[in-house]
Order: sequence, then structure tokens, then C-alpha cells
Amino acid sequence: MSVQDWLNERLRYEAAQAVLEKKTVPVHRYAVTYYTGGITLFFFVVQVLTGLLLLMYYRPTSDAAFESVRLIISKVRFGWLVRNIHVWSANAMVGAAVLHLAATFFGRAYRKPRELTWISGVLLLGITLAFAFTGYLLPWNTLAYFATKVGTEIAGDVPIIGRGLMVLLRGGEDITEATLSRFFGIHVAILPALATVLLGVHLVLVQIHGMSHPISVRVTGEERFFPEFMLRDFIVWVVLLGGLAVVATLWPWPLGEKADPLAPAPSGLRPEWYFLFMFQTLRILPAHIAGLEGEVVGVTLFALAGLVLLLVPFLDRWAQRERSHPLVSALGAAAFAFALLMTALALVKGM
Amino acid sequence: MRPRVLLCFVPVVAAGVGIWAGRALPLGSPAQAAPSVDSCTTCHQSLTGKLAAPAEGMTEDVHGRAELRCAGCHGGDPARSGMDAHDLSAGFAGVPDRRQIPRQCARCHEDPGLMRRFNPSLPTDQFARYLTSEHGKRLAAGDRNVAVCTSCHGVHPVRAVSDSRSPVFPTNVPATCARCHADAALMKPYGIPTSQFAEYRESVHGQALLRRGNRQAPACNDCHGNHGAVPPGVESVANVCAQCHRATRDLFVRSPHKKAFDTLGIAECTVCHGTHDIAFPTDVMLGQEQGSVCLQCHPAGTPGLRAAVEMRGTLEEVKAAIAQAEAVLKLAAGAGMDVGDARIDLDEATSQLIRARAVTHSVNLLDVGRVAAAGLTAAGRARAVGEAALAEVGFRRRGLGVSVAVIAFVAVLLWLKLHELKRTSQ
Repeated sequence: MSVQDWLNERLRYEAAQAVLEKKTVPVHRYAVTYYTGGITLFFFVVQVLTGLLLLMYYRPTSDAAFESVRLIISKVRFGWLVRNIHVWSANAMVGAAVLHLAATFFGRAYRKPRELTWISGVLLLGITLAFAFTGYLLPWNTLAYFATKVGTEIAGDVPIIGRGLMVLLRGGEDITEATLSRFFGIHVAILPALATVLLGVHLVLVQIHGMSHPISVRVTGEERFFPEFMLRDFIVWVVLLGGLAVVATLWPWPLGEKADPLAPAPSGLRPEWYFLFMFQTLRILPAHIAGLEGEVVGVTLFALAGLVLLLVPFLDRWAQRERSHPLVSALGAAAFAFALLMTALALVKGM
Repeated sequence: MRPRVLLCFVPVVAAGVGIWAGRALPLGSPAQAAPSVDSCTTCHQSLTGKLAAPAEGMTEDVHGRAELRCAGCHGGDPARSGMDAHDLSAGFAGVPDRRQIPRQCARCHEDPGLMRRFNPSLPTDQFARYLTSEHGKRLAAGDRNVAVCTSCHGVHPVRAVSDSRSPVFPTNVPATCARCHADAALMKPYGIPTSQFAEYRESVHGQALLRRGNRQAPACNDCHGNHGAVPPGVESVANVCAQCHRATRDLFVRSPHKKAFDTLGIAECTVCHGTHDIAFPTDVMLGQEQGSVCLQCHPAGTPGLRAAVEMRGTLEEVKAAIAQAEAVLKLAAGAGMDVGDARIDLDEATSQLIRARAVTHSVNLLDVGRVAAAGLTAAGRARAVGEAALAEVGFRRRGLGVSVAVIAFVAVLLWLKLHELKRTSQ
């Protein structure tokens, strides 16, 4: 009995292989957008692997966090590479998730029967941003400290539950070791658990329903998922791995200075690029809108926008009837243009 | 003539009478200086011009806050109203005579028991010291142009020395002294130069105090004394400088210069560093280049100048080593390497360079060499860290090249496999 037969007897992988071989991917002019999901998944896997390696040396206390990251990048063999890949890949993962969201939205891939796939995807995007937000504080450097302070203050502007939410996030009134230790716990335990469950659901749903194609696009044929499409996915992943190695080696992510809670906030403080649009919007809002605090109004509007995004499959009645209405595309384009404009404004003003 | 104008003459006449009588100013006791009714303030506040100014200024006066009122210095009876308060029998003296001011201030300020009630940390020897000063001696000799207490501390209001608006707040002292000492007409009879303030302002001390607000830097009084102000003589200049530069002074005392300067009667520190115009010391001062102070006494070819040149060479060696280490570390940091630990060595090297510069005051070549060697060692360690970091950068880049080649190879293999699959499926 060959090893292959022995394994198949026990794992029954040929059955799974048969299912995969039957699965097909539509071929059309926008088929390239199908890779965005796989790319996001690739970065997630990189994050898990590099994160596990970093865990072996990282120490989540205000005294030791900065020094432990410094140790990783200066003394641990290939620690610099692991840390730099983790940071670069985190940024790339947020970018890939946003691209995937855009491809899915404009392709109306959320229409029946893929509503739950969309919802699990939007929740995964939220988890990705939460990963980024909590991970940013962990090196305990000056920028991270004050950016987290500002970020949690914004959370404090959520109506009714804002203050409670801020105290819950910080583990008290201020950013302290309690904040660091709970951000660490959220980053390495709670979020990975949630992400694993939701990612599992998301991938199973993708396998059940297959790839959607844009409503108005002519499908010219189909391609086997396994092995052709999967092979293409692998090629993209391998190229991305090379790209990550290049940026991680040639442009190491700076560690900065150790956080000093007693020092004044550095000038030109701003969050990472993926939160810039929110930061800039809140900054340009007037102090008071209709008798309410401007920031509270802004945060409420962002919360509502998030809710609308989550419920898009149920709000877009046209897509439910297999129609692609230009108003939905226009609204989506306007939202992306707004986010890009605010990000650009924040970057220009921060120069 | 209006009655208010007539009032101006009253204190002047009263003071004249007091002085003519030749008696000590019979003023109100400071202990009873807080009357329940203070007609001085009430009346003078209703006046205008210089008769109103004292009453207005007293609101910010350190004495006013300590419940010392007008009558404490000017006499009179503040319990009575109008011109009746200017009662000569109650000791009214009007404007105090300039020659009497130090003694008048001393009535309270040299009384430890009294001062303890208001500010126990204030010394009580100001008047005694003032009498020993050039100002005090000349005042006693009848010179009315010299500084008295109010010349420096101001009047109406007299502010606490710790008040940044006070003329004797550390950063204001040079300008306060310069009010008289930069006045050519006023200084002419004494034959004193008037360039001190202009020189001091540009000096290393003046820049530190006046431009950067560093109150550790000396003002005029830190070298010349406060109330006992005298120019430091040749024999005491080094002691004055040693108040801050003690280590350098100790090195100088061990040097051959000490004996030579004493023999020749030359003021020590100032020969090389100047007085009010002390510039930031540079290495050019040592050696035989233009700007060297050694050349003032040691002609070319003499053993003294050779020693100076050798010491300068040692300093330059350490400076070069630090510059090289800095350049390597900058390169490594620019490539994203963490070289923070090497900064400690670089700081150590810089400290040793500063020490070596100080040790040149001993003119002991062995000592200078020993300290410089420590600096060279520290700079060498820093440079080694930087070079190791640069070597690591090279290793990383070579590794990246190999990795990218392998990754590209794998990608090509996968692409060929895909191509083959497509061909077979067709």
C-alpha cells in the first residue's frame, strides 16, 4: 500500500479533491478581482505565522514591551525580518481587505444567496482594523502611545456608551500598562479566535456558493478552481512573499522612541493611513452641529455608515432582482472618493 | 498755584529740614507699619503724576505685601488725614536723602529677628557688605552718583529678587548694572570703561543667560559680588572663576603656569579667556594657528608651544575618531539598523574629549594622552558597532538577493506548471 493510499484511507482527501475539481471560476474581464480575497488570506496567514514567532520574545508590560521589540530587531536571529514582515504585511492586509471589499461591492457579489458571505466579510474587515489598532500600541513607542490615546478618545465620543467603551478599551481612565496588557490579550487571543471562526464561515460559504460574477458582465467561460485557479493564486502569493521580503529588508519599519506618558504629545501626531480619513473628517467638523458636539455627530455618522455597509445586501433591492443600479455604484464610488480625499488632505496637512 | 502742586514741595522741604537737623531719620517703626487707616495711599491715589506713582506701585511692592506701608520709610502719621499726616513731629521725612537710603533699608534688613518674621532665608549682612563695596565707600565719601539700594532693586515697587520683573532678577542684572556702567558720561570721572555690557552680551556667559535664559550662567554679581561689589583683583580671579569651573581650576593649579603667573603677577584665567568678553572656548585657542592664545607668551620653536601643539594633536585625534564613528553610525541608522547602544560609547568618547580639553589646563601631556586614549577606545567601540551593523546590512541585502532569486524561480516553475496544465486540458 502506497503512502498516498494509506493517507487517503484515513483522511478521505480524494473526496475533497473531487469536490474541488468540480468547482469552477467564471472567466470575464474583471476576473482578476477574484485574487483579492486570496491575497487578503495570504497576508492573514503571514500575520499568524510571524505573530507566533514574535510572541516568543515579546513581553506585554510597559517596562519591557519596547525593549523586547528592540531585542527582537537587534539581537534575535532574523527577528528584524520577522518583525518587519509582520508590520508591512499588516498594512498590506488592510489594503488587500479594502480592495476585496471594493471588488465585491462593485461586482454586487453580496446579492442572493451570498448575503451572509458579505456580512462575514465586513465583520472580518472590522476585525482586521481591530487587529491593526491593537497591534499598533504593542511596541509601546511614543507615536503608538499618543495615537492610541487619540484613538480611544474618539471611541469615547460614541453616543451613550462612549465613555464606558473608552474606559473598557483603556482599562482605566488613561493609557497605562493595563491598556497594553488588554490590547495584547485582544490582539493575540480574542481577535484571532473571532477571525478564525469568521474566516472559516466565510471560506465555507465561498465554497458552497462559488464565485459570483458581476451582474452586467458577460461571462466568456469558466476555469477549474483546482488546480488552475489555485495555481494562479499560489503564483500571486509567491510574488507577494518576494515583495514582502524586499520591503522588509530595504525599508525596515522604524521602532521610534520608547513611550513616555509624562512627555508632551509629539507635534503632527496622526494615526496610521487606514484611519486617516476618519481622523481628518473629525478634525474638519465644526465644534457644534445642531447643538451637538461635532465629534459626537461625526462618530455617530461613521457608526451608521458601518451599519449601512453591513446591511448593503438587504438595502440594494435592485441587486436582489439581478439588476445593477448606477445609484448604488455612485454611492459606493462617492464613499471611496470621500475616504481617499480625506486621507490625502490629512497627509498634505501633516507634511 | 493749585494746592496739589504745592503738595510736591512738602516732602522736599521736610527732607531738607530733616537733613539740616543732622539727625537720623526718625521714621515710623516697621513693627507698627500696618496702620488700620492709611491716609498716604488714600490721598496719593487721588493725585496725579509722580505723586500718585508711589501709591500705585506699592500694590506690587514686596514690602507692601509684607504689611510695610509708606510711613515705614517716609515717616509721618498715616492715621491722620490730608496734610496733617505729613507731621514732622511724627517723623515725616518725605523723599529720603540718597546718602541715607542704605542705612534706612538696613534698619530692617540687618535685623535678623525682624527679617525672620517676613523671610527667614534672606541674609542680613547686605549693609555690612555694602559698606565694603566700591559703591559704599564712595557714598560714605560723599559721592551721590554711586549706586544705593534703590538704584538696583527699584522703588515703588520693590520686587522680590525671584520676581522676573525685578531689576535684580538674574537675567535682568546685566542690564541693571549697565544703566550706570554703560553710561560714558557717568563713568568718565571714575576712569572706568563702559564696554563691559556690550562685551558680556556677546560672551559665552551672556549668550547663555540673556539669549537662552540659562540661569546657571553668571551675571555681573556672580563674579563681582552683590552688595559688596568690587572688581576681582589679579590674585582672586581664579577663585572667582572656580566658583563654577572648580575642576579646571584644580588642574590649572597643578600646572607650571600657576607658578609662572604668580611670579609675573598675571591674572590667571583671564589671560587666555578674557574678562567680560569670554568667548566659547575652541580648540583653535591651543596650538600655533591664528587665534592661539599660547602664542601670546610662547614664541615658535619653544618647548611651551611644542607641548601645546602636541596636546592639540591629541585632541584632534579624538575628534577625528568620534567623527568617523558618527559617520559610520549615521550610515547604519540610515539603513534602518538599531545602533542605539553605540550612542552610549559615542557619548562616552565625547565626554572624554571634553575631559581631555579640561586636562590641557594642567599642561601635563601624559594626563591629556591618558584621557584622550579612553576617548579613542570608546569611539573605536562605537565605530565597531556601526561597522558590524553595516556588515549586517550587506548580509541582509545579499540574503535578499538570494531569496528573491529562489522566489522568482518557484514562481516561474508554478507558471510553467500552469501552462502545462492548460496545454494538456486543451
